[in-house]
Amino acid sequence: MMEFFWSTIWPVIIIAVQSVVLLVALLLFIAFILLADRKIWAAVQMRRGPNVVGPFGLLQSFADFLKFMVKEPVIPAGANKGVFLLAPLVTSILALAAWAVIPLNLGWAVADINVGVLYIFAISSLGVYGIIMAGWASNSKYPFLAALRSAAQMVSYEVSIGFVIITVLLCAGSLNLTKIVEAQAGPWGFLQWYWLPLLPMFVIFFVSALAETNRPPFDLIEAESELVAGFAVEYSSTAFLLFFLGEYVAIMTMCAMATILFLGGWLPPFPVPPFTWVPGVVWFVAKLSFMFFLFSMAKAIVPRYRYDQLMRLGWKVFLPASLAMVAIVAAVLQFTGLAPK
Amino acid sequence: MTIAALFFYLYAAVACASAFMVIAARNPVHSVLFLILTFVSAAALFVLLGAEFLAMILVVVYVGAVAVLFLFVVMMLDVDFAELRQGFLQYLPVGALVGVIFLVELVLVLGTWAVAPEAMRAIQAPIPPLDQVSNTQAIGRVLYTTYVHYFQLAGVVLLVAMIGAIVLTLRHKENVKRQDVGRQIARTRAMSVELKKVEPGQGI
Repeated sequence: MMEFFWSTIWPVIIIAVQSVVLLVALLLFIAFILLADRKIWAAVQMRRGPNVVGPFGLLQSFADFLKFMVKEPVIPAGANKGVFLLAPLVTSILALAAWAVIPLNLGWAVADINVGVLYIFAISSLGVYGIIMAGWASNSKYPFLAALRSAAQMVSYEVSIGFVIITVLLCAGSLNLTKIVEAQAGPWGFLQWYWLPLLPMFVIFFVSALAETNRPPFDLIEAESELVAGFAVEYSSTAFLLFFLGEYVAIMTMCAMATILFLGGWLPPFPVPPFTWVPGVVWFVAKLSFMFFLFSMAKAIVPRYRYDQLMRLGWKVFLPASLAMVAIVAAVLQFTGLAPK
Repeated sequence: MTIAALFFYLYAAVACASAFMVIAARNPVHSVLFLILTFVSAAALFVLLGAEFLAMILVVVYVGAVAVLFLFVVMMLDVDFAELRQGFLQYLPVGALVGVIFLVELVLVLGTWAVAPEAMRAIQAPIPPLDQVSNTQAIGRVLYTTYVHYFQLAGVVLLVAMIGAIVLTLRHKENVKRQDVGRQIARTRAMSVELKKVEPGQGI
């Protein structure tokens, strides 16, 4: 009986505890990331942003959370009730599931699986279902238009993200996220991370990540000037909170992907003592925050794209460019003998 | 081992139940959603088999792309549910006929099934341990060496299908306003704005 406990039950308990710790840390981080997003946006527009709840408005996200929780959930009479309630759950659960494989430090992943990159790619490609289901189940014009837009948009940009991931895999020679980070380590420090040798792909990845997470300037599915609030028009209270949460968790996942694939994950920028003393997770969070700052600045600075421009960028610019880069990178690796064994 | 078996029965049951619901659900959108659940359960079964690469590819390709387009089309159908319920039995003979033909074909095929001798040898070949060759590597080694011609043939078939789809749908209609990004960007102020001096009380 004790043997059964130690061999079967105990690992499950360990995984459960790790997951809960990661979840709590992630959600707390996102509470402040949300505030940072609004503060950065406000600073660019020379406003103050939220500054009333707590010192410097630090507790604003928690106040918002309470507000969402105590509001009345409204389900429209014509809605398809089951799918309507399932949609926000799908969005937030899928977004959180991606974090199971992300290594915050050497060995700090809940599940360090062989095909980690593919897992994240698969999970993030499922994120579109939450929005499509919400748009259809709401039984209303604006959400439906948003659902149609999001289906086309997210499928389009997944293609270029896939090719970007392939170039990184060619360089690293593994699908395991930990090994991809380790492949970027070396005496040249941050010059050896993939953002410099694969700079065009880093740019394509960043823009595609904006489109994949429906961030401005590609937030056409909730464009308030055309679609009121898009897929979220009919949602209120906790259901809306789950959408909102799922959206930001997906953004953090994309930032983490950029950090791991291009910015060397937990590696210090200079591989010499004062920098190597800092724990890896600090570097990881710093890079994550830097990526989010870029996302936030893009939101504040760039005006929204028109839909045909969005489609043109995805299919006529990014797809050929990333396809060509896959061929170029593969050829360079093969003929210079740099290809990983 | 017991936990793996438990999860196998869970996912197998979900896969079978949702596959049944695909044809049993009245609402076509619900059918597609159940189809997605079936795909995901199948992917989970692949993971339990130790074929994690196939599982992820199944999710990326079928759930992430193909099913999205299914849903996209089915969502836009204008379905009248009352009418759908009325004519259900009317189509039963045709459906039964197709089912019977399919069953006969399956029996004929399975009756004359012969296993190639190479296949038996391949099954009995020693499997390298997982810590040396992950199954991603293993698939790559077979796919790009032994089966490279089939692989390229599949690529050509897909290319032909893609070109066919584009040829069928691409129509350049006259008198339709199109966005030409090059021209929009090349537009200068001199081409689009003219300054007129308007005398008071005259108009243009």
